Amino acid sequence: MSRQPRVGDLFRRFRQRLDGPAPHDVPPAGPGRARPRGGEELRVPEAEFTSYYGRPILKPPVWRWDIPAYLFTGGLAAGSSLLAAGGQLTGRPALRRAGRVTALGAVTASAYLLIHDLGRPARFHHMLRVAKPTSPMSVGTWILSAYGPAAGLAAVAEVATWLPERGAAGRARRLLPPAGQVAGLAAAATAPALATYTGVLLATTAVPSWHGAYPHLPIIFAGSALASGAGVGLIAAPCGQVGPARRLALAGAALELYGARSVKTRLGLLSEPYTTGAAGRLLRAGRALTVAGVFGALVARRSRVLSGLSGAALLAASVATRFGIFHGGVASARDPKYTVVPQRERLRRRQADPD
Amino acid sequence: MAEAHPVGFQWVMEAKRRGAKVFHVDPRFTRTSAVADTYLPIRAGTDIALLGGVVRYILDNELDFREYVLAYTNAATIVSERFVDAEDGDGLFSGFDPETGSYVQDSWQYAGRETDSGSGHTARARDSAAGLRHESHGARVGGAVQRDETLQHPRCVYQILKRHFARYTPEMVERVCGVGREQFLKLARAWTENSGRERTGVLIYSVGWTQHSVGVQYIRTGAIIQLLLGNMGRPGGGILALRGHASIQGSTDIPTLYNLLPGYLPMPHHADHPTFDAWVDGIRHPGQKGFWGNARAYAASLLKAYWGDAATPENDFGYGYLPRMTGDHGTYQQVLNMIDGKVKGYFLLGQNPAVGSAHGRAQRLGLANLDWLVVRDLFMIESATFWQNGPEVATGEIVPEQCRTEVFFLPAAAHVEKEGTFTQTQRLVQWREKAVEPPGDARSELWFFYHLGRRLRERLAGSPHPRDRALLDLAWDYPTHGPHAEPSAEAVLREINGYEVATGRPLSSFAQARDDGSTAVGCWIYTGVYADGVNQAARRRPGHEQDWVAAEWGWAWPANRRILYNRASADPQGRPWSERKRYVWWDEATGEWTGYDVPDFERTKPPTYRPPEGASGPEALAGDDPFVMQADGKGWLYAPSGVLDGPLPTHFEPAESPLRNPLYGQQANPARKVYPHPVNSVNPSPPQEHGQVFPYVFTVSRLTEHHTAGGMSRMVRPLAELQPEMFVEVSPALAAEAGLTHLGWAHLISGRAVIEAKVLVTERLTPLRVDGRVIHQLWLPYHFGYEGIVTGDSANDLFGITLDPNVLIQESKVGTCDVRPGRRPTGPALRDLIGDYRRRAGIVPGVPPPVMTTELRPPAGNTDAGPRENDDA
Amino acid sequence: MPDGDSLAGPLDPAPDAGWVAAGPRMGFFTDTSVCIGCKACEVACKEWNDVPASGFDLLGMSYDNTGALTANSWRHVAFVEQSPPTGHDTPGTRFLGMPGPRPPGRDTGVEERTDFRWLMMSDVCKHCTHAACLDVCPTGALFRTEFGSVVVQQDICNGCGYCIPACPYGVIDQRRGDGRAWKCTLCYDRLGAGLTPACAQACPTESIQYGPLDELRERAATRVAQLHARGVPQARLYGHDPNDGVGGDGAFFLLLDEPQVYGLPPDPVAATRDLPRMWRRAGLAALTMAAAAVAAFVGRSS
Repeated sequence: MSRQPRVGDLFRRFRQRLDGPAPHDVPPAGPGRARPRGGEELRVPEAEFTSYYGRPILKPPVWRWDIPAYLFTGGLAAGSSLLAAGGQLTGRPALRRAGRVTALGAVTASAYLLIHDLGRPARFHHMLRVAKPTSPMSVGTWILSAYGPAAGLAAVAEVATWLPERGAAGRARRLLPPAGQVAGLAAAATAPALATYTGVLLATTAVPSWHGAYPHLPIIFAGSALASGAGVGLIAAPCGQVGPARRLALAGAALELYGARSVKTRLGLLSEPYTTGAAGRLLRAGRALTVAGVFGALVARRSRVLSGLSGAALLAASVATRFGIFHGGVASARDPKYTVVPQRERLRRRQADPD
Repeated sequence: MAEAHPVGFQWVMEAKRRGAKVFHVDPRFTRTSAVADTYLPIRAGTDIALLGGVVRYILDNELDFREYVLAYTNAATIVSERFVDAEDGDGLFSGFDPETGSYVQDSWQYAGRETDSGSGHTARARDSAAGLRHESHGARVGGAVQRDETLQHPRCVYQILKRHFARYTPEMVERVCGVGREQFLKLARAWTENSGRERTGVLIYSVGWTQHSVGVQYIRTGAIIQLLLGNMGRPGGGILALRGHASIQGSTDIPTLYNLLPGYLPMPHHADHPTFDAWVDGIRHPGQKGFWGNARAYAASLLKAYWGDAATPENDFGYGYLPRMTGDHGTYQQVLNMIDGKVKGYFLLGQNPAVGSAHGRAQRLGLANLDWLVVRDLFMIESATFWQNGPEVATGEIVPEQCRTEVFFLPAAAHVEKEGTFTQTQRLVQWREKAVEPPGDARSELWFFYHLGRRLRERLAGSPHPRDRALLDLAWDYPTHGPHAEPSAEAVLREINGYEVATGRPLSSFAQARDDGSTAVGCWIYTGVYADGVNQAARRRPGHEQDWVAAEWGWAWPANRRILYNRASADPQGRPWSERKRYVWWDEATGEWTGYDVPDFERTKPPTYRPPEGASGPEALAGDDPFVMQADGKGWLYAPSGVLDGPLPTHFEPAESPLRNPLYGQQANPARKVYPHPVNSVNPSPPQEHGQVFPYVFTVSRLTEHHTAGGMSRMVRPLAELQPEMFVEVSPALAAEAGLTHLGWAHLISGRAVIEAKVLVTERLTPLRVDGRVIHQLWLPYHFGYEGIVTGDSANDLFGITLDPNVLIQESKVGTCDVRPGRRPTGPALRDLIGDYRRRAGIVPGVPPPVMTTELRPPAGNTDAGPRENDDA
Repeated sequence: MPDGDSLAGPLDPAPDAGWVAAGPRMGFFTDTSVCIGCKACEVACKEWNDVPASGFDLLGMSYDNTGALTANSWRHVAFVEQSPPTGHDTPGTRFLGMPGPRPPGRDTGVEERTDFRWLMMSDVCKHCTHAACLDVCPTGALFRTEFGSVVVQQDICNGCGYCIPACPYGVIDQRRGDGRAWKCTLCYDRLGAGLTPACAQACPTESIQYGPLDELRERAATRVAQLHARGVPQARLYGHDPNDGVGGDGAFFLLLDEPQVYGLPPDPVAATRDLPRMWRRAGLAALTMAAAAVAAFVGRSS
């Protein structure tokens, strides 16, 4: 009597995953790769814990690739708007133009990704029913709602020179540049919020390695946004205007590397998901690309090609970092060890010291 | 109980909250074990040895409630000197007739009453499952008996009991059952310490107990313990039978059984009961004590209810219309008859034998050899699609194109789609309303039978044939209502209750039934359920608005009595045994019995009453004879008649066992019913050879998530998904031994079938050390079949057909098998595999193994009179 | 505690959510010491709430074929088989059976168990005092009822999925093919009509008790004391403490082992508790970012 299972494959797959090597059973990566170099190496004690048939206690995020992609595009938009505003204020039109156009493209992609990820995309506007300070997603929605039109107007202003000089279009041609200036500055003003709220977005979950990383995520995302914005500048700007982008890249990379290093070393057991598996590989790639990008940007004084390559590396680094952070969190939610062990530790500390 | 009766189990948990100790005995660790105080794993089929050990523990340590035992049981009664105990007969009592494999019971009788057993021979009684008749009343026995109040007489029941169970020591319990000595003693201590004057203990069994070749004797052993400890007829005591379905108690009271009529009146036998008088006297035993003395009134009133105006004293109330038994018409005999082409048509109503009955293959082959089959059920069940989807189609034994059975499937209304009553195990009759209309063509059973009868009568109207008179003369006049002319269930309940023919006034007590045709009573024990024209079963007064007996919730037969034989809750003088356990007592001031419950005694008969010489019927019961349906008014530690396979329970191995009986040369119940039919076979057990071909013991039972053969659960999504696949539970040790892996496949082989199942390796099953060797037990749910949302092989296919002699219930809770990893073969290869096993085991289909396994000549009894031939008196 | 008063600590959630004249907070006390694992709660819930099938798979996790609380299972009965009986005669065999609560070789050895136990526990949404799912919901689909429970309004939910990782118990879940988030509603529709939630109504042994939370907490404390007195020292309450990381649960439990044995987090915390701190960190990062941008441009061009 052959009877194939009809539904419930989800659990079947889950169980098969249990049969295979569980995430925490993965043998340690090769020497010198996963190990944090120098600094305080937190010895993670051999995990002793019980769980229910090894099943996750938490529900891992149901978000697909859209959300880490949005983390990147959102940050890119923010970084680009800052670049554009800098270019605008310091008279670097190439930076301004590239920044504004990239910001519009990135924020458009962001909106698409966010809506696409919804279980009920047609109801995306329900996000605008309420404004809830306790919901980073609601806050983010309103930040994006403020930022998006500004960034859009700023980008549209760039096409003013293509408009005919007469009639309604002519009026627009006259009005757009000043409006663009204002909008560009407005976008730049909201950009840091756009870039960093996503750190709170991830941290305001029960996902152990996200919540545990709440002091660091905004730093990483801020740095990653700056670096990606700088990357746009490095790709788009002529050598004469590229200086600020280079400095921005340096600052961004510094923040990004510092933050990433923090989550990989300062969270105890919860750092483990960031150093192993897909997340570990992505974060290592991100670090390598960041270093390469910054190095390239610094040495490519006269080479537009090298400059562009450096910018591309920084963009790729940002993508890798975002996906790395995302997957690290997902992995930590999937393995009950990361839920149980730190919580038990916390309980033990509290019981030892009731205050 | 938690597993199969979770709703009833709430009261066990309530008792536990209040400090009761719960012991659970089961071959597997179940949900009941999980919340029990102590769990005892046991080898399936050895309960008599365990309980016999408790009996011995009680007697050896004189822990019986002596005052109760002396006054209310037959402990002091002296048994015939011709009686020889199984201890002296290597497992056989005196009177065994090897020819028929049954007992002549003369030598079991009380001293001086040796002829009380009538013919004494029980071969025919076995065919008619006569043991079942005694469900509500005692068997035939003389009232005036010799007694020794000191209990010292060597032939008094007390001493016989003591000798009979002397070898059931804790060591023997361990050796037979695999229950550790310490655990056994813990159980025995707890049971005895929580019984007596101040405390009572209850024994609860599930119907699995009845599905053994010694099932009735299991319950007898429990009854002996409860009587010795004074736990009968008292609050918090008793033996609770957990019935297998909603209202299965109701369908025993108003039976769907071939050998009973409503109210436990026996179905007449063509030879024994040629006339109404012969039939009635066969029930009431003229001159005998007890309430069956009024049987004539119950019988006449029943026939009056059947045939109304056509039933008159002149024509014996239409007794001639009643069908007669001619032999064994039990369900398994019928299946074999079906296979042999002796049965033309069959009705299946809410039953799924293709999955639920033992030896599923025989069931399906039988169904496939009918002319017509009517299946009324909620869903398209296996018993309706066997001709198309059954496993025999795959093996080529049933060819759909050639299967001659015409199946009529009629959708049935579920219990919430019709009104009527449920009668549960406490005899509580509860009315339920219709909640929703049945969908589509689904109709109630009541509707079906009423309209079937109506149409048959219309077809036969004006028939000149006498054979049609029984049908045409029926009182078939129920009011109907609604678009589908649904008969009134309340009108039926009113008829069951009974009424005065002249006035139509409902009776309020069965004492009002008359034998002159002036009353009509559908089921005399239910009289009162419609007293005063009020549906008493529909009462729903909440428990917190009444005392703890809650007499105004529903209605319990008989006479709304919640505990039977509750006269025993008071001492012989009529005073409560203890304040703590007061229930029913004699009120000296008012001169009547009173208490929380309806006294199970004549209300004004004082405790000091002694019957006059020559009295019979209820009048002959003394004021301290609490067991009012018993012919001697006593609880029977020793059953001189009524039980066909021995006056005392004796441990026999199951028909299929890997073990030689450690207690007696006689291996299995010598009186068990076996059918030498080619479709049937029994796996070899010692002393036969080749038992090792089927080295494992398997047992089946229920999961909470499913209901019996699955017709109501495998077809329903929220239930089906909770236990979605057939599985077999094995211990880690057996898994290692047989090479089984968790969630892998295994197939199990018996002499009848091969079935496959997923493996659950669990510590809840444990190997037992029995008689010096390790016995592995497997457990399977029997819910699965090949139809429904979730499907699987049927565990009952593994069983053969061996029956308890008293009630013709099959031994389907224990058998032997082999288990192998992987899936089973399909098609003809499956029969080949079974054939191979049979060859290796030396099984010849249709040739059952010898019943007698003792070398001793069966003891005939201590006098010259040997077993008598069957000489109908 | 800066401006985090309504994000942590004890409070009565319904008035806090703006209900005027709300009745007492209602909830569940699930006493696992009397649970018999009959799953009547699961079935009653599915029937009443018309919850779709959750799959027909034999999971091999004792008698648990439901697996977890999901969008399609709002009650889940966990079954835990623990430790072989001592003196068990199975020498030299390797246990090939179902995965136990402890991974092989990781026994804590803390408690020496002397008897085989089969623990059962009916899990459900905890209806936290500080419900992270509700607090992070960006559409207002999740709301606090007048009974103090947390309910998803299915006509509002747009399936953003944020509530799912936010739940520290892993309760709320997205329904495949539907996209929205689903969980126990504490039978909001029944409560409104003065009825008991379907699961509690169906529970034969009163393992699931429904009532005003204050009463339930008192009853639970008495029960624990009773069990301790009867020699069940493992009995402990879970989710009853208003000072815990979620401000106490509206559905709390009496357990006979560590919470994680049943698949419960040992010390759950509503992530929103740290929101003030997290926003500060984000603000700091944003300022740093702005400063870096300014510096990058101002640096040389001045």
